[in-house]
Amino acid sequence: MPRLPLATRYSAFSLARHALSGAPWPRAWRKPEPKSSYDVVIVGGGGHGLATAYYLARNHGIRSVAVLERSYIGSGNVGRNTTIVRSNYMIGGNTAFFEHSLKLWEGLSHELNFNVMLSQRGQVVLGHGPSQMDLLARRGNIMRLNGIDAELLDRADVMRLLPYLDYSSRARFPISGALLQRRAGTVRHDAVAWGYARAASALGVDILENCEVLGFVIRDGRMLGVRTPRGEIAAGRTAIVVAGHTSHLAAKAGLKLPIESHLLQAFVSEPIKPFVDHVISFGAELFYISQSDKGGLVFGGHIDGFNSYTQRGQFPKIQDVAQCAVALIPSVSRLRLVRHWAGIQDMTPDGSPFICRTSIRNLYLNGGWCYQGFKATPASGWCLAHTIANDDEHPLNRDFSLDRFEKGGELDEFGVGNWTYKQ
Amino acid sequence: MRINCPVCGERDYTEFRYGGDASKPRPAHGTRDMRAWYEYVFVFENPKGPHREYWQHVMGCRQWLVLERNTATNEIAKGKAS
Repeated sequence: MPRLPLATRYSAFSLARHALSGAPWPRAWRKPEPKSSYDVVIVGGGGHGLATAYYLARNHGIRSVAVLERSYIGSGNVGRNTTIVRSNYMIGGNTAFFEHSLKLWEGLSHELNFNVMLSQRGQVVLGHGPSQMDLLARRGNIMRLNGIDAELLDRADVMRLLPYLDYSSRARFPISGALLQRRAGTVRHDAVAWGYARAASALGVDILENCEVLGFVIRDGRMLGVRTPRGEIAAGRTAIVVAGHTSHLAAKAGLKLPIESHLLQAFVSEPIKPFVDHVISFGAELFYISQSDKGGLVFGGHIDGFNSYTQRGQFPKIQDVAQCAVALIPSVSRLRLVRHWAGIQDMTPDGSPFICRTSIRNLYLNGGWCYQGFKATPASGWCLAHTIANDDEHPLNRDFSLDRFEKGGELDEFGVGNWTYKQ
Repeated sequence: MRINCPVCGERDYTEFRYGGDASKPRPAHGTRDMRAWYEYVFVFENPKGPHREYWQHVMGCRQWLVLERNTATNEIAKGKAS
């Protein structure tokens, strides 16, 4: 953690002092005016952008850093996800990368001096038949060989752990067993944005909200800076970290990417008493559910299925997801939804992301996160910071390159093939 | 979202299967330039605005359509058979 002055460091003592004095809390991060030049400019003040800025300062001593955000901090996908963190991946570069991320999550509250409310309640991935159990066993074995915790559960184990699922003879997809990762869980997503913003700001990073990047200054194939409504900002190195609009922004730099923007809907039910104590993933469809600390069931499913920037989900997808919920947990059938939204996300042809250099010198890309951006936040920032500082990828993100499709290096975790809208 | 099928009339989009960008020309059969295939298969314009795309009316007449949809609003101009 950066050495914050005592008055702004969060602790039981500072809480008591503020309670007694009645003084307002100081701003969690500074609100500076843009300088004319920085060593590094990060476009996008979401979780990944802020984490990148923090690790640039913390791990690499690069403190002349600006994070440019079109809206306000935490207004994008970092505040619009189902908050699940896990590391149950089994292909090439994914396994070690997501485990590194989970390890960073485990120390993050102390690291940032900000409670991100990591709750390692365990994630249960259900299997519905012998072949699916074989696949789960294979995944679990690969995880364990990589030093990641995984337990294979049979039907009786799942019945003990999750007694409220449908085990009746009428169940559309009978439950055969599950793969359990106990270290997986949920994190309070807004706190991630605020925690990284505060810690980065304390290390000298300038966070510039309401500062949209309108274009880039490129000369002789080198990125020199960005154009904003508040003037031109020169940058030694520039990174695009704007999930959802990655293609849109990269096009301003003349890049065409293997990314399509799709909508993913998420749902929150009315609050109920503690009921779903784990993160549960349905095996018969893409469906995942957990319960927030406020009591709402938080769940989501597949993307809508065609590229769109509308941030408005299609109604049939709400029906699909509700059907999954009821097929899995019949007792939720009469719960009402209180919130529902659609976020834009980058879908790639293999379902894996990019953290890499680009064909333009001094321009770096972090995007293409598909469904998995939130859980990757710490490792994503950590790896991009390394890539920017060294102008070279770290072994953890070497496989997340832009040219992997040309070289046959796809990381297709689910074997879907080159269809962004099916990943 | 509703799609106007030239054969069956206006139907819900769930009757259709999405088939991706229709503006990219497929490289000629036997093309050996791997770069051309890479760009055809993996790279997307991904515009925020008008997008020409394929849909197939799988739950209806099974006709493949080409239609122009605005990806920023989901407004669809009248589709035509491909």
